[in-house]
Parts: sequence; C-alpha cells; structure tokens
Amino acid sequence: MKAITLGSFSKFVGLDFFTSLKNLFTGKLAKEDFKKFLRKVIVPLASILIFVGLWHLGAKSLYNIEATFRIEKALKDQGPVAAAALKTCIASGQASCQPNTLPSPTQVWDSFQSLLRDHRIINADKAAFIEKTATLNTKRIAAGKNAITYTGRPSFVDQIFRSLQTVFAGFLLALFIAVPLGIFIGLSPTLKSAFNWFIQIFKPVSPVVWYLLVFMIVKTLLIDSNEDSSFTISFISVGLCAMWATLVNTAMGVSSVDKDYINVAKVLKLGTFQKIFKVVLPSSLPLIFTGLKITLSVAWMVLIAIELLAQSPGLGLFVWEEFQNGANDSNAKIIVAMFVIGIIGFLLDRFMLTIQNWVSFDKTDAI
Amino acid sequence: MAYLELHNIYKTYGQGAHETEVLSNINLKIEEGEFVAIVGFTGSGKTTLVNLINGLLAPTSGSILFKGVPVSGTSHERGVIFQNYSLLPWLTVGQNILMAVKEAFPKKSKSALNEIVASYVAMVNLTPAINKRPKELSGGMRQRVAVARALAMKPEMIIMDEPLGALDALTRGNLQDEILNIWGKDKRTALLITNDVDEGIYMADRIIPLRPGPRATLGPEFKIDLERPRDKTALNDNASFKKTRNAIIEYLMDIGDARKSEAKEPVILPDLAPKSFVKYF
Repeated sequence: MKAITLGSFSKFVGLDFFTSLKNLFTGKLAKEDFKKFLRKVIVPLASILIFVGLWHLGAKSLYNIEATFRIEKALKDQGPVAAAALKTCIASGQASCQPNTLPSPTQVWDSFQSLLRDHRIINADKAAFIEKTATLNTKRIAAGKNAITYTGRPSFVDQIFRSLQTVFAGFLLALFIAVPLGIFIGLSPTLKSAFNWFIQIFKPVSPVVWYLLVFMIVKTLLIDSNEDSSFTISFISVGLCAMWATLVNTAMGVSSVDKDYINVAKVLKLGTFQKIFKVVLPSSLPLIFTGLKITLSVAWMVLIAIELLAQSPGLGLFVWEEFQNGANDSNAKIIVAMFVIGIIGFLLDRFMLTIQNWVSFDKTDAI
Repeated sequence: MAYLELHNIYKTYGQGAHETEVLSNINLKIEEGEFVAIVGFTGSGKTTLVNLINGLLAPTSGSILFKGVPVSGTSHERGVIFQNYSLLPWLTVGQNILMAVKEAFPKKSKSALNEIVASYVAMVNLTPAINKRPKELSGGMRQRVAVARALAMKPEMIIMDEPLGALDALTRGNLQDEILNIWGKDKRTALLITNDVDEGIYMADRIIPLRPGPRATLGPEFKIDLERPRDKTALNDNASFKKTRNAIIEYLMDIGDARKSEAKEPVILPDLAPKSFVKYF
C-alpha cells in the first residue's frame, strides 16, 4: 500500500499545481518546477487579474453611459434644476438614484460579503427561534401535535445547499434509471431497437419542457397531498433531463466490450450474472463514468432554469427573485450567484473525475 | 474411437455472393494423451479451426466429437489458451485464475479454491506477482498466467492457439519447456496451433500442416519419433529431426509457391498512351 502524499493526491484529483506550490514553500524548487509553477499558477492568476480589470473597465463605461443618458433625459423632461440635482445625487453615491447596469467587481464582492452577513443573521435568528420554542415543542410533541418549525426566509448559503440537494437527488434518479436501462439496452439488440426512437426523440428535449411534463404528471399524482411538491418536481425534471448522456454511454460501453473478454467469459462458462458483473460492467466502467460526469454537469446546468420555473428554493429561485426584486444591489447578487454556480459546477466535475480515476482499471482511460 | 474427432468439417463466413469458405473438408483424429501440432501460415484459418474445436464457433457442416459426444458450445473439459492472453485487465493475476477455478469447481470452499490458485501460480513461477495486474507484467508473464488459468480448471484437453506467437525467441523457448513439463506430468491431450515448424517438432507427437485458406484443409501428417524429454540443442544434429523438418518445410513451401503461382494470372493492362497537352497552350 502506497502512502498517499499531497503530491500523488493532488495529481489524482487533477490539481497537481499544489505540488509545485508546496515545492515553492519548502524551497525545493528546481528549474523544471519553476516553469511548471509559472504555467500552472502565475499564468492563471494573471489571466484572472486581466479578466477582473476588463470587467471593471467595462462596468465603469456602462455605468457612465447609463448615468449620462439619465441626466440628459432629466434635462429634457424636467429642466436644468432637476438634471443638476440628479447629477449631484449620482455623484454622491446615494442608493436611490444609482444607474442600474452591470455591477463592478467591488460591488459584487461587497454583495458577497453582505450575503454572508445576512446568512449569519438568519442563522442567529433560527437558533434563537429554536431555543425559544424548545419547551413549547416538547409539550406539543407530548400532546401529539406537530412541532413548530422555523419558516423564515432562507439565506443564500441555505439556498446553495438546497440546490445541491436537488441536483444530487436528480443525479441519483438519473443514475438508477440510466445505468440499469443502459445495461439492458447494451446487452440486447432487440431492446436497443425498441428504445432507440425513444432516446433519439427525448434526448434533445429542453429542460423547460421536461419541467412542464413532470409538472403535469406529479401534480395529478400528488393531488391529495398538501405538501409542497416543488422539490419533487424539480429533482425529477433535473434527473430526466440529465440522464441521457449516461444512458447512451452505458449502452455503448456494454455493447462494445472487447470480443476477447466475451470469448474468455464463454470459455470459462460464466453465468449471465457473473458475465455481466465480472466482465461486461468492469470493462464498460470508464465509459459509464464519462457519461455520469456529463450527467452531473448537465444536471447542475439545467437546475437553475428548472428551480426558477418550479419555484423550488435554491440558487435558481434566488437569481429569479433578485431579478424581480430590482434593488440596487440585486444585479451584484445575481453575479455572485453566477460565480457560485460556476465554481460549484467545477468542483462537481473534479469530484466525478476523482471517483472515475478511483474505480477505472485503466488510469489512462479517464478523460 | 478417438478422443477428439473431426469429420468433414466445412466452415463458411457470410452468405450468398459474399460467402467465403474458410475451412474445407477437415478430418482429424486425436488420441487420448497425444500432443498434436497444427502448423500453418498466418491467415490460413487456424484460429477458426481452434474456435470450432473449443466450441466458440459451430461448423457449417460436419461433426466434431469429443469423447464420442458432439461438441455444442464451450466446456470446462477443453481448456483454451488464447493467442492474445485475454486476461481481464481489472483483475489481478490471482483473481483472473480464481474466476476460472470458481466456475470449474463451484462446490469447493473458498480456502480450497485459493489453494488451487496459489499452487498453479507457483507452478508457472509467478508467486511474487500474484497481486499484480496484467498491465504490470511482461508478455511472457502474461502468457504464463493464461497457461495457469487454463490448467487450473483441470481440463481433459488443452487447446493452444499460437500461445507463444507474440513472445521473443528466448522467452518462447523457456515457455515451451514449461508447457512440456506440465504436459508431461499428467499427459493430458493437447492440441497446439502454431506457425513455427521447429516449435511443432520440438513439442508434438504429430504435426499436421494446414493448407492455407480460403478452403483450407489439413495436409498429410508427419509423425515425430523423437524420445522425450527432447533436448533442443542436441535436436539440431539429429538426423530424423532434420529430415522431418525439411519435409514439412518443403511441403509448406510448395503450397506457398502453388498459391503464389495461382495469383500470378496475367493481368491485362489497358492500352494507354500519355496524352499530349501541347496543343492546348
């Protein structure tokens, strides 16, 4: 058993620049390492700085266009006094008269801070509420009544976790439908031709339509229930929308197992069960995982649109509510959500890659 | 009655106009405990013949009898060593062999099965590599695993499809001796398919050339009356060895020449003269 070093682990999860970073601090930086460090750390950092700089300049010019337009409009409609008042108001930075446009990086950073502050306040609220209702709740439970739960507004961090819950529920649904179905389709040419039209037609259907379809069915099925069905609807839509990559990849992996391995299975006279689990599945594992990786990233991508439609709590709903809200920091909060969505998507992809490396027999197969 | 009998075997691939006859009128009898080698050119239908005998393929016409019973599908009684090793890359050496042993002896306990695996791994001198995956092994080691896997199932007959074809000459010689040693211990019936005449003569009791396909068929057999154990270096000076070797090679060369001359039918080329473009300018 090899000891897991920082180097081997970070290479395994595809973040091997940590190694050169470590070498920098331990003073073992060879020339080769220095080049690598430059390429893997300095270059990305520099490009991030350039990106933020361009964003800043762009936001500033958009701000100016909007401000000039407003002042000119005030001059035309209300006269020079109103225009001068608006000009001083904009220059003073008062919230009420700020032009509404692409927020600058600093505004986004401030909004991020304020979202975190908001989260701490809501958390404190929640804790206080639980403490306050603790004795009452024990009495209510003893009397056979439902406990009182906190029904306040969820914070941004809560929304992130709700979104992750939805995406994992959807991903598991996709996994449990697509992998077994893919195996059956891959093993039997009859099933393959039976399902082919189905896959071809439903694969390109848009997330919005999937949501509406699931909504029609679940609404009727849960007609007697008073529970909020938005979570159920959104995770089922996410799963159905994202499962196609896994379905197609599994079917392809299973049907294209090396003929030599099939011959071995025949010569050893493995039973059907043994053949599937000892030969067919391991050999198609790399392709199945490639499919699952695509499924997870598609699930995360369509989640926002579906949450928005389903009014299910999460980042999608957050973005929609901020957009409808139209407060002066709403745009900045939307950009914060955008970055959070992107970073979580990236982390999910790395997570899948790590699992794929872990289970695949041939480490070089992982793409 | 012979141990393995092939009667008038024909095997064709494709249908209608695209039908090609790969094997034609194959008749073969192998006695119990005999070591028979079939020698032939690459592409002459050797692998098809092996797959017919081990049951992976069914003949288009004719019958294959193993111990008097028609062959239908594969069986643990006939162990196969494939040309390309065919080890499962996600299993270790031990697991590859264990999978075969488990199928062959479903009633044995886990510890008994592991003992069988360990003893066969030891037999091919791979005990230190038992927990390695095929990727970490050399070609010769992989083929030894394949040999151990086939033998661990205790087959009554071993069918080897160019088992040493992909190995270098030195490893090849060593493995030939190893296979002969193992075969010598319990004298199982063995069928070796090879493209190396010397290997055939060194290992087998009987050599049968396969005339190249399409419509491949077996040629006249050559008996090898050399004492066992055979000594490879001494063999080169053995008169009988030289005679058989030359006879087989001559036979194979003649077929090869015949095939070549068949292909040498004159091709009529179109009467073409270079065109002059001068007038266009």
